[in-house]
Amino acid sequence: MDQLVPLPVVIPLLTAAAITALAAILGRRRRALDAIAIGTSAGVAVLLAVILVRTAHGDVVYWFAGFRPHHDVALGIDFEAGPFSTGLACLAAVLVTGSMLFSWRYFEQAGVYYHVLMLTFLAGMAGFCLAGDVFDLFVWFELMSVAAYALTAYRPDERGPLQGALNFAITNSVGAFLSLSGIALVYGRTGALNMAQIGHDLAGHPPDSVVVVAFVFIITGLMVKAGIVPFQFWHADAHAVAPTPVCVLFSGVMAELGLYGVGRVYWSMFGSALGHRAVITALFLGLGLVTALVGALYCFRERHIKRVLAFSTISHAGMILAGIGLLTPLGLAGAAMYVAGHAMIKAALFLCTGIVLHRLGSVNETALHGRGRTLRGTGIVFTLAALGLADLPPFATFLGKGWIEDGTAGAGLAWIVAILVACSVLVGGAVLRVAGGVFYGLGDPPGEDVQMARQASAETAETERGRQVTPGTMIIPAAVLMLAGLGIALVPRAGPALLSAAAGFEDQAAYNATVLSGAHVAHPAAPAGAGMAGVTLASVLTGAGSAAGGVVLAGLALYWRRPWLQRPWLRQLLLARRGHGPGAGLVRPIERFQSGVVNDYVTWLVIGVACMAGTLALAIR
Amino acid sequence: MTARTRTRVFLAAMAGLAAFYVWGLTGLPGFGSYPGPYGYILDHVAVLQTNATGVVSAINFSYRGIDTLGEEFILFIAATGVSTVLRHLRGEREESAGAAALRAEGPAPSDATRQATVLFVGPVMVMGWFLGSHAQTSPSGGFQGGVILATAFILIYLAGQFLAFRRLSPVPLTDAVGAVGAGGFAVIGLAAVAQGLPYLYNFLPLGSVPGAVSSSGTIALISFFVGVEVAAAFVLIVSELLEQTLLVEAER
Amino acid sequence: MQILPFVVVVWIFAVGLYGVVTSRHLMHLIMCLIVVQSSTYVLLLGVGYRRGAVAPYFSDIPARTPAVDPVVQALALTDVVVEAAVTALLLALAIQAHKRFGTLDPHELVELSG
Repeated sequence: MDQLVPLPVVIPLLTAAAITALAAILGRRRRALDAIAIGTSAGVAVLLAVILVRTAHGDVVYWFAGFRPHHDVALGIDFEAGPFSTGLACLAAVLVTGSMLFSWRYFEQAGVYYHVLMLTFLAGMAGFCLAGDVFDLFVWFELMSVAAYALTAYRPDERGPLQGALNFAITNSVGAFLSLSGIALVYGRTGALNMAQIGHDLAGHPPDSVVVVAFVFIITGLMVKAGIVPFQFWHADAHAVAPTPVCVLFSGVMAELGLYGVGRVYWSMFGSALGHRAVITALFLGLGLVTALVGALYCFRERHIKRVLAFSTISHAGMILAGIGLLTPLGLAGAAMYVAGHAMIKAALFLCTGIVLHRLGSVNETALHGRGRTLRGTGIVFTLAALGLADLPPFATFLGKGWIEDGTAGAGLAWIVAILVACSVLVGGAVLRVAGGVFYGLGDPPGEDVQMARQASAETAETERGRQVTPGTMIIPAAVLMLAGLGIALVPRAGPALLSAAAGFEDQAAYNATVLSGAHVAHPAAPAGAGMAGVTLASVLTGAGSAAGGVVLAGLALYWRRPWLQRPWLRQLLLARRGHGPGAGLVRPIERFQSGVVNDYVTWLVIGVACMAGTLALAIR
Repeated sequence: MTARTRTRVFLAAMAGLAAFYVWGLTGLPGFGSYPGPYGYILDHVAVLQTNATGVVSAINFSYRGIDTLGEEFILFIAATGVSTVLRHLRGEREESAGAAALRAEGPAPSDATRQATVLFVGPVMVMGWFLGSHAQTSPSGGFQGGVILATAFILIYLAGQFLAFRRLSPVPLTDAVGAVGAGGFAVIGLAAVAQGLPYLYNFLPLGSVPGAVSSSGTIALISFFVGVEVAAAFVLIVSELLEQTLLVEAER
Repeated sequence: MQILPFVVVVWIFAVGLYGVVTSRHLMHLIMCLIVVQSSTYVLLLGVGYRRGAVAPYFSDIPARTPAVDPVVQALALTDVVVEAAVTALLLALAIQAHKRFGTLDPHELVELSG
């Protein structure tokens, strides 16, 4: 049973190599290629689910090449399969399967490249989740990144994807170099690369300069991947121009992997050494909330459907970081539940966007107004998913958000709830506005945005067009994913299971013991006082409230031309501009920052690292 | 931001970041006094455990083999990515420039260059093979050998024989060879799993003499496959990039 | 001179990033990225150095001779390959960018902003 652990990484890699070797035969046989890819990713998802069930009895630690640790010194590399790591990898595999299924009818083919890149992307994601060695983590991170760069530039004859891929590659590379420097520093300090061993060596000593610098550098690279302010600029450029099935993966799981990495690095290596929990909480909460607000404002202003969704991912990544930043099992469990729900729902939204592109040939909200009425099934899935994004009970997003909010209330930070709700309302309002306008023709189309219109019309080259009926392979994955986003929350034991898994994830001593000495430490029951991971009346009201707020905002945004809404104070509130509808008032300020020039992005990266560095250096001595 | 603002803001932020970085570096044990256990232990046990006298290669292909597998696939994917990104240009060329581009030979080298490079192709290839097959002995290994082997192919191009270069390393064949190299590495690991051992366990006989060519078990074998893959990947990348040069030449 | 190699690391890093931020040509930018990466090699190899020790290859020296840290050398090797891969992809993207945008100035390579 333990032998299964390396397979989720090795099998996709081997399949990708085999496909390339047989490209002469397979290049023409599109269906065989699709079948192989779908089969492999589905198989990996099943494997990971089996391992996940196994982790209920304790984490599985797998040592490569048989080099087990001696006297707390690790000679080889391990994969550590715990509930969170395996669960996240399984989520990634499920989304890849859904994307590949969707691509069955959707994509115009180009040799074997797409399938090879997607399978390798999956292998990189799985390896990143399971890695127990910090340099190995970096290697899988880079594999994931290189595959992502190539997938972003999949249509290199368009200018948008080129800009996106270049900005993505350059910004992420600078982040990766910083992470690598951090890894070298931590190696210089402890002489170890195994995360449990490093945590063991660093714990119990007061934090010195090496530990602080290494921590800041390592999480910088991960935060760049996650799209946290001020590292988020590349995110919108790249996520919106990648092919739609690839966007599913970028928004659904790749950004969340960066946040998982932050949590993993903190709790297995630096947690005990750094101490100063209040400072760390303040840092993560601050970054998370700013990111959530910035993402939500950007999202509201957009008229290009894929960019609306891409910016909303930035906002949700901020919320997840806030949940992680509470540094409590309840906050972490909330973040985990939110990641699961958000992944499913965002994937469903992107797949529906792909269907719209396939059937109607556009992703420009203005041009599409009312034209989606023929896509009834897609409209229903999209609208339900949009409500899920606005935290309507009983979606998993509502549950996760509720636990995060309970966590903040418990820590005496109840004002954060207001910010999180405001962000949900903005994001939900934007996506519901899209749903109402495109699929139901409600209200009036938003004002024309020339640049967005030009970019949106360039998207049509992605897919074969002209079908009269949405193929089953496209609508079924979208519907299934949306329902999964609903269903996860309804699993009865989800709350206590996630809470105990979170407690285990945060327990550095237990992690060290499990990995280094092979002791099977069963997951602790949630410590007393960690809070109830259940459904409280307050969270139901908050969730329903933010969904309702989203609906209201969408309504205001859709009916903005009606005379009885033409009030100056309303226009101010909705950040509207005369003749252009709500959100258009944000165009100029945002354009100044989101300039598209990579030199600016790297400058912001340096500013961000310097600020984080200064904060921690002054607060932690 | 305007260029001037950007530079000023960057310099200010970088000054702070550099100070932070130096502060961190001063906390390390000084240069020349590496403290940690990992390196020392491997220096002492690697020769005994793997019968390889090249400890760095033993680390790369045995102790930290899964890292090397990931890295090898990064190179493989980069070569795939280069092909993906440049494929449209290749397609356009076949439509527009047609036969003229296919006949293009590139800039004609001087006689001295031509003769010198032709002379070097053979020895460079031998050197590449030599380095690739002695991973367990000396500072060499699959990566180094593979890159030098790729250089031999590039020398053929430098000798003015771009068509010969193309014929010797057509894209589909190079792709397939690279895939065999990458896949071969993964399969060796699986062969261990098939015997009930951990992935990438060194299950081949270790030989009796440390550092001999046939010693160190799977290390030498993995190094061979890695060399094949690295050579193929670099030849592919250079060949794709060189074609663009010729396209530009043909258009002029 | 215990600190000099590490100061060199920071200097290379800073200079490379300065080049990236002020770059007006994509090729120059990619080369500056390589320079930034080089700082990590120097850091890795500097961390593993041991005064008075030999290279960790024991074919013709006794197996117990003090040697430098072999792990960082393996890491640096992995790093070099990763960097080569990313650079290759970036160069291919630069070629396409030149073709589609007609320029390699990062300030002009903007199709979408805001």
